[in-house]
Amino acid sequence: MSAIKIKIDSLYKIFGKNPKEAIEHVKSGIGKDELLEKHNHVLGLQDINLDIYEKNIQVIMGLSGSGKSTLIRHINRLIEPTEGKIKVDEFDVMDYDKNALRKFRRQKTAMVFQRFALMPHLTVIKNVCIGLDMQGINPDESKKRSKHWIEKVGLNGYEERYPQHLSGGMQQRVGLARALTNDADILLMDEAFSALDPLIRKDMQDILLNLQSELNKTVVFITHDLDEALKLGDRIAILKDGRMDQEGLPADILLNPKTDYVKRFVEDVNRPRVLRAKNIMEKVNGQDLSNAIIVDENDFIESFIDKVLIKQPSIIIVKNKENKGEGYISPQRLSNILKK
Amino acid sequence: MDFFADFPTMERQDLRDFKKFIDFAFRSFARTYGDAIESFFHPLLMFLVWLEKLMINTPWPIVIMAIAGLAWLGSRSWKLVLGTIISFLVIGYFGMWKDTMATMAIIAVATIVCIGVGIPFGILMARSNRIQSIITPVLDVMQTIPSFVYLIPILMLLGIGKVPGLIAVCIYAIPPIVRLTNLGIREVDKEALEAIDAFGATTWQRLTKVQIPLALPTIFAGVNQTIMMALAMVVIASMIGVKGLGVPVLRAISNQYLALGLMNGLAIVALAIIFDRVCQHYGKRIQKHREGKH
Ligand SMILES: Nc1ncnc2c1ncn2[C@@H]1O[C@H](COP(=O)(O)OP(=O)(O)OP(=O)(O)O)[C@@H](O)[C@H]1O
Ligand SMILES: [Mg+2]
Repeated sequence: MSAIKIKIDSLYKIFGKNPKEAIEHVKSGIGKDELLEKHNHVLGLQDINLDIYEKNIQVIMGLSGSGKSTLIRHINRLIEPTEGKIKVDEFDVMDYDKNALRKFRRQKTAMVFQRFALMPHLTVIKNVCIGLDMQGINPDESKKRSKHWIEKVGLNGYEERYPQHLSGGMQQRVGLARALTNDADILLMDEAFSALDPLIRKDMQDILLNLQSELNKTVVFITHDLDEALKLGDRIAILKDGRMDQEGLPADILLNPKTDYVKRFVEDVNRPRVLRAKNIMEKVNGQDLSNAIIVDENDFIESFIDKVLIKQPSIIIVKNKENKGEGYISPQRLSNILKK
Repeated sequence: MDFFADFPTMERQDLRDFKKFIDFAFRSFARTYGDAIESFFHPLLMFLVWLEKLMINTPWPIVIMAIAGLAWLGSRSWKLVLGTIISFLVIGYFGMWKDTMATMAIIAVATIVCIGVGIPFGILMARSNRIQSIITPVLDVMQTIPSFVYLIPILMLLGIGKVPGLIAVCIYAIPPIVRLTNLGIREVDKEALEAIDAFGATTWQRLTKVQIPLALPTIFAGVNQTIMMALAMVVIASMIGVKGLGVPVLRAISNQYLALGLMNGLAIVALAIIFDRVCQHYGKRIQKHREGKH
């Protein structure tokens, strides 16, 4: 596994007049609703611990109001924590003074906003240039770079339009191009695709995955759509009422949901489509190999289920890239997984 | 029962001494600093005199063309340009050309001063609630105090002339631009500000790239109001030595010349309407691409 890029350590955020006092109530076990009712403070985040690995896409999921936006804003310190640490590349973001923070935001992070947050008085190309503008890069150079990304997100020909004249989906792509033009290590994406219709959304997901295979950025991606999370996420964290209910590999979360909340989240997932052979294989020996079929570890269940039905094997052998057996899936196990 | 029948007042003698003391203090202040203050405003005077001369000495057709050109640049409306040309022709035909030019010169200078001073104050107010709570009552006083009252100290300080007139106009006309700059900046979309912060903007970049451009339509409404209020002060300013359309109006008041007063009054109204319409068209144009789809 690659190195840790962002480390969030016992992070608390409480909104209200006197968060330092309210935090004690939270630590003594008071929940979000009670805190609001009795003490008139809003619990934003509660004891969040999360390691985000370099070059991964870390998905953060949760229902509306669960604290996703609040969490992602702590990474570039748009919100100050009530308590806790956020380390990026080993440096505590909280230690930065004004100048250092500015430099950090310019060079290390770029953000895509839930509600676009484009500049209404600037054309598309000027919006996309804005990060480079802040850095004082000369206009010709920044125009060239932003042109490149405008093309990549499919907005060719719209450079001189104003955001208000574009559809929501196009505006979001402007936001994406704006963030990518900044060429930062860390891409913070707050429900970047939620406003898009399904087809464009799928396109954008594919664009992101493609880019990611070239660029290898560390992406923090917020969504409330599980299919999107499973498609994009190397790891997934699930938030509820400011707490982190579960964090881990997508398959682990699907197969072993820890709380009822997570269970409800993953209930309706089309398992054959999102689970790979390696996610469900077991490492037991002494199998009856007389009537076996062989699948690749990265194959989705979906892709070999018909073979299983037709050939009715006694066992499924899972092999890795070097054609070596990695593990086995018994028909019994497969049936259990599909039954849930 | 005397106590309730007559309001308990200060002793007459004491009151007189008190007023005398204030007058004396201010007079000696005026004597000591009057010259310094006058020379501080000297460049402004030179500018005003220069502009006035320029407008009066330039052949009238050129002036009208220039004004029509500005009206076109501001409004992009042929109707308005035509109306402007006709108004100025009529004004000239009725013998009010010179006074109108003088009035326009002082309005222009007053507006420039108000913008130059008012916008920075508006920005300061928007940056801090404390400063806002200090400046707001000052603006309230400036807008409600009868202008004759502040003419007195200005006269004591600077005597009769163009500069005191200009200052009086500015005091009266500056509040709207300060208020609306403050309002405009405070109303700027929080999400746009968050975005610019996320990209590492400095305070200056935040101000010049987002806050001012987004507040511009509101600031512009302030400029418009400031011009209107400056025009409204023309008559009072002419009492302390400002040339222009106010002078004949004053003369008309003291001699009961109805026609003279009416004509010059209408000329002021014409200027006001032209400025206002051009400003509004311009304001709408700079805002156009922000409103929804065409
Ligand atoms: N500035 C604030 N002041 C007070 N409460 C706030 C503030 N910002 C967020 N909150 C509260 O914190 C909680 C988490 O909000 P947040 O915006 O992070 O949710 P979210 O998961 O992003 O939701 P959504 O999916 O709707 O975007 C909510 O209860 C919200 O009301
Ligand atoms: Mg959110």
